[in-house]
Amino acid sequence: MRILRVLLRKEFLQIFRDKLLLRQMLMMPFIQLLVLSSAATFEVKTARVFLVDRDHSTMSHRLSGALAASGRFRIVDRAQSMKPANEAMLGRRTDMIMNIPPDFERDIVRTRTASVQLVFNAEDGALAGVTNSYAQQIIAEYARTLRPSVTSSPAIGIQTRGWYNQELDYKHYMVPGILVQLLTLVGTMMTAMNIVREREIGTLDQLNVTPLPRSAFIAAKLLPLMSIALVEFSVGLVVARWLFGVPMVGSLTLLFFCAIVYLVVALGLGLWVSTIVHTQQQAMFVSFFLLLVYLLMSGLFTPVRSMPEWAQWIAEVNPVKHFIVITRSVLLKGAGLTDILRPLGILAASGVIVLTLAVRQYSKRAA
Amino acid sequence: MIETLAAFMIKEVRHILRDRQTLTILLLMPLVQVVLFGYALRSDVRDVRLAIVDPSPDYASLALSQRFEAAKRFRIVAVAPSMGAIEPLFKRGQVDVAVSFDPEFAAHLESHEPAHVLIAVDASDPNTGSTMQTYARAVIMAYEQELGANHPQAVQIVPQVRMRFNPTLESVNLFVPGLIALVLTLVSALMTAISLSREKERGTLEILLVSPLRPWQIIIGKVLPYLGLAFANVLTALLAAWLIFHVPFRGSITLLLVESIIYSMVSLGLGVLVASLTSTQRVAMLVALLATMLPSTLLSGMVFPLASMPGILQLLSNIVPAHWFIVIARGIMLKGVGLEHLWRETLVLVGMTLFFMIAAVKSFKARVA
Repeated sequence: MRILRVLLRKEFLQIFRDKLLLRQMLMMPFIQLLVLSSAATFEVKTARVFLVDRDHSTMSHRLSGALAASGRFRIVDRAQSMKPANEAMLGRRTDMIMNIPPDFERDIVRTRTASVQLVFNAEDGALAGVTNSYAQQIIAEYARTLRPSVTSSPAIGIQTRGWYNQELDYKHYMVPGILVQLLTLVGTMMTAMNIVREREIGTLDQLNVTPLPRSAFIAAKLLPLMSIALVEFSVGLVVARWLFGVPMVGSLTLLFFCAIVYLVVALGLGLWVSTIVHTQQQAMFVSFFLLLVYLLMSGLFTPVRSMPEWAQWIAEVNPVKHFIVITRSVLLKGAGLTDILRPLGILAASGVIVLTLAVRQYSKRAA
Repeated sequence: MIETLAAFMIKEVRHILRDRQTLTILLLMPLVQVVLFGYALRSDVRDVRLAIVDPSPDYASLALSQRFEAAKRFRIVAVAPSMGAIEPLFKRGQVDVAVSFDPEFAAHLESHEPAHVLIAVDASDPNTGSTMQTYARAVIMAYEQELGANHPQAVQIVPQVRMRFNPTLESVNLFVPGLIALVLTLVSALMTAISLSREKERGTLEILLVSPLRPWQIIIGKVLPYLGLAFANVLTALLAAWLIFHVPFRGSITLLLVESIIYSMVSLGLGVLVASLTSTQRVAMLVALLATMLPSTLLSGMVFPLASMPGILQLLSNIVPAHWFIVIARGIMLKGVGLEHLWRETLVLVGMTLFFMIAAVKSFKARVA
């Protein structure tokens, strides 16, 4: 026990000595929360529309007016033919072209049907899909107003409600995920780098020939980083609460308990990485690669359920995904222990597995 | 002069080749990334689990449910008479959207009173939440229009939709150019930053500095081998994208490769700059991560559309090199445009290269003095 205390003191001293590193680790939550939470949105704000109105009738004006009035579209340019519109799309100056044919109004008056052409820049397919369905809704609504007597047609009143996040504020959704990412970064990467650094400098050999037990050494390495990660988590939570107004419906005690379980996985992973690499460079690349796969496949940025089935299976053993689910459920939905039993169980299991593997691997290495 | 430079470069190449582990990771990474993310990274919403709440089923509500069943995005997983039965499903995350009909839905429709439908979505993920809401609304409105079409005086405006550059709306076509930028940044900026600061940490940089090599020669010797590595990575990533995902190459491949080299040089310059400003590998790595990786993934438009971001971040994205490269790569690959549309972006990249290279050499010299 005394040995562990001495070792822990040494580790903390080492961490606090590197002021630059410390400052960066504490700055990271702020920067990441500020940038990520505003950047990571697929929300379609306003699409830029290039209007090609070759009809110049009351109806074509009203149609383009309805589009602009919706707030989702902004008419940035007009022309009489498709050629400049196509150029604008190639030059990225417009997202959508609305092409109203010459006989638009006459067709409506005579045959009661007319067509408009909508051309989308579908480089970003998901974005184009959503924009398209907005545009179609506006056009359909406009068509309805053209009926002589609006009341005589059946109308469905659509009401919408977003549960757990009434205003559809994506920041509330992103912030918990970003906190998880932070924990992972500190936990895995810093652990791996920390141990490999000792190996690179040669102090690891010195430690190995001392009589201290391996468990004490590993515990002394992992505990300080865990406490730093937890401090960072708390800082992040405070920022989330005060700056972004993220609701915290559930129990914070439960959340911190889950965070500790999760950190065992993240730190164990870092320990494991440190046993298979020799230099800090390698440690960084291996853990970076792991993190990238973990983060991008965790559902933080793109929904897991849009992935193909095999990728969903990979996501199932991804600890990051489960902890994100836990954080979101506890913070936003107020889930209790029983609601998150499954992801927490998976986390605990992977913690045990990863740590056992890493410790065994570590002993072999040192032997 | 050239001889010393060549000797130095050979040393650098040996360093890279000797470290098999890193080399393997570096060469395999782009391949794995393109395959993994090409399959897995999808920003569109599919397979939405729908619950129908229908207190008094009638022909209209059943017909509308049928429409949802037929829409390929939706899958009905539960039908219940009241919202109360659906709520636990929502809480456990087993249902994404609930469509709830008013009692006597059909009767209301016939008597031309407004018949109400409630779309409730699990909006804890607002990105997908609002998308699901939009799609659900579209299904209902299509049905409404159909009802109206039977009316003698109904007007129909038929939109003819064309999706340019990516008619199948594949996410992978969007992500591949971004992935190339990511891999290039990783190899170029991070690797040089770490490799230089490693020499610093070990003290071998001092030895290099007292040698007859000039600072710019040291930098070039450091940078060129990594440029080669980066180029190899671009080729593997492009090949994987083309063979596995059939990502279109509508424009000139030569132009794309040249632009990749320019972009690599920007990243290399950044890496050298980071290394000359920091003292240890750990700090160099953290700074390089914050200064290059984070902006290249988030502020470049790789995953998240820049147009959706607040103005200040859009402004900030202009100084992110990856932003310009991604515009160029998408332009060449998806739109098939050439320099006539991309000269501005190319100029920006060239300007950035010059800026970072000069800044790197300058700060390197200052350190030496």
